[in-house]
Amino acid sequence: MHKSPLSIHGLSVAYQKKPVLRDITFEVPEGNLIGIVGPNGAGKSTLIKAALGLIPRLHGEVTIYGKPYAKQRKLVGYVPQRESVDWDFPTNALDVVMMGRYGHLGWIKRPGSAEKKLALECLAKVGMADYAGRQISQLSGGQQQRIFLARALAQDATLYVMDEPFVGVDAATEKAIITLLNELKTQGKTVLVVHHDLATVKEYFDWVMLLNVRLVAFGPTEPTFTAQKLQETYGGRLTMLDRESPSALIVNGRSSDVDGSIHLA
Amino acid sequence: MSTALYIWLDPNVQWILFGSMLLGLSSGVIGSFAYLRKQSLMGDALSHAALPGVCIAFMLSGSKSIGLFLLGAAVAGVIATFGIGFITRNSRVKQDAALAIVLTVFFGIGIVLLTRIQHSGNGNQSGLDKFLFGQAASMMLSDVMIMAAISLVLVTVCSLLFKEFKLLSFDPGFARGIGYPVAFMDQLIMFLIVVAVVVGIQAVGVVLMSALLITPAVSARYWTEKLGMMVVLAGLFGALSGLIGTFISASGNNLPTGPLTVLVATAVFALSVAAAPRRGVISKLLLRASVRTQVRREQAEVSGERRNRAV
Repeated sequence: MHKSPLSIHGLSVAYQKKPVLRDITFEVPEGNLIGIVGPNGAGKSTLIKAALGLIPRLHGEVTIYGKPYAKQRKLVGYVPQRESVDWDFPTNALDVVMMGRYGHLGWIKRPGSAEKKLALECLAKVGMADYAGRQISQLSGGQQQRIFLARALAQDATLYVMDEPFVGVDAATEKAIITLLNELKTQGKTVLVVHHDLATVKEYFDWVMLLNVRLVAFGPTEPTFTAQKLQETYGGRLTMLDRESPSALIVNGRSSDVDGSIHLA
Repeated sequence: MSTALYIWLDPNVQWILFGSMLLGLSSGVIGSFAYLRKQSLMGDALSHAALPGVCIAFMLSGSKSIGLFLLGAAVAGVIATFGIGFITRNSRVKQDAALAIVLTVFFGIGIVLLTRIQHSGNGNQSGLDKFLFGQAASMMLSDVMIMAAISLVLVTVCSLLFKEFKLLSFDPGFARGIGYPVAFMDQLIMFLIVVAVVVGIQAVGVVLMSALLITPAVSARYWTEKLGMMVVLAGLFGALSGLIGTFISASGNNLPTGPLTVLVATAVFALSVAAAPRRGVISKLLLRASVRTQVRREQAEVSGERRNRAV
């Protein structure tokens, strides 16, 4: 029987008393690039953190290829938000990428030449081969993001989960990342990406998940990423510049739409 | 000079110096991780929390056994960390304020207990008050042996779990993702800090122990961009501070060891801030000056070319 890379059933998560995710159920199809979009505070990051057991869940079941995550860790590569760590840490780029091998190495054993070779290959894949020995605080934001990506590649996983990899990176890095993600897809791997830029969703992702505390929609991008469903997800905070083309969307976020109406231009 | 020589040759003093060195070494090593995990103040809280633990251990047992003190300090340290965690989770109080509350409460209880013990008429209690500021001269050979054993365990754990501690310090979220028992390792590092505190309590005292955990680590960070090197350097700086501080204290002027050790550690720190390559103040000033002259020269060349072209 074929098992879904990630299957979530009835997941709810709460911070303190406030529910951040309610009754989320979905099954991720294998070999796709999947974008998770939704407004601020919709629980996008929370969803992937709860799926990977990084934060406690209220209830619900998460399985990776049919088994609990604890048994399948080596199949999952994780790219946290870049801001989640202090980059003024005394280490270099190669060392961070080698951390991707720690889960495979087991306790106490130190990374050796095999790990180093693999880490260098992963650095080359993200176009950072020349920066292996660079202290990580000396890297630009885009380069730091690539290092995190290389670390996930070093995990040699089949399911990749990425938390906002496109935030604060330049156009060249964004392009490099999306090329890499497509390459992973052609290798049959599944990639889940928390994304915030609605303008690029259609271009980047095969499948899309619209999330706002509840799961609004999940399916192939073409039929799912519609103006109507987006309005459902973003409520009144969405401005449509062009009624005919849903790609011309702008999200106002917290700004002008005090009255909560939707402007159609 | 002759007194200095005499001190070096005294086997008692040699033991004490050895003990202080070990203390500096182990606190420097574990302090590096505490510093990088942004838990500098945790060392302060844990060392102050150790005082009531030690006092209660003494009151219950009536003996000054370093093993029992370790137990008492460890229990008090665990209660303190749980207290800090509880306050942070269940109130709007942030961690720094929670640390301050817990630290002072434990220290207050410790002082009350210490005063009670001193007035209890127990002859065995003499020297317990040295735990405030430390008196390395009061260490006995058996104490040093236990300190050596504890330091060895601490340094061994840190070197065996170096890779794990590194990842935990750099990116705890990722560490949890690949299956590290992060909560357990957090507690382990806390416990190792408590261990370092207990090793140092006799020589440096609870009040200034946190300086020995953090100052060598911060100094070491100035000299290197590699974690392994930083841990080694921090251990070295700590050992050096312990050695020199104890030496001055043992030279017969009866000054408490803790403050002297901390002053030496701070001198190392000042030197590091000033003179370290790349991160140091002097090297930064030099770098800026050289960049400035270079930019000026380039601008002069550019404007010179323009002038030539104009002519």
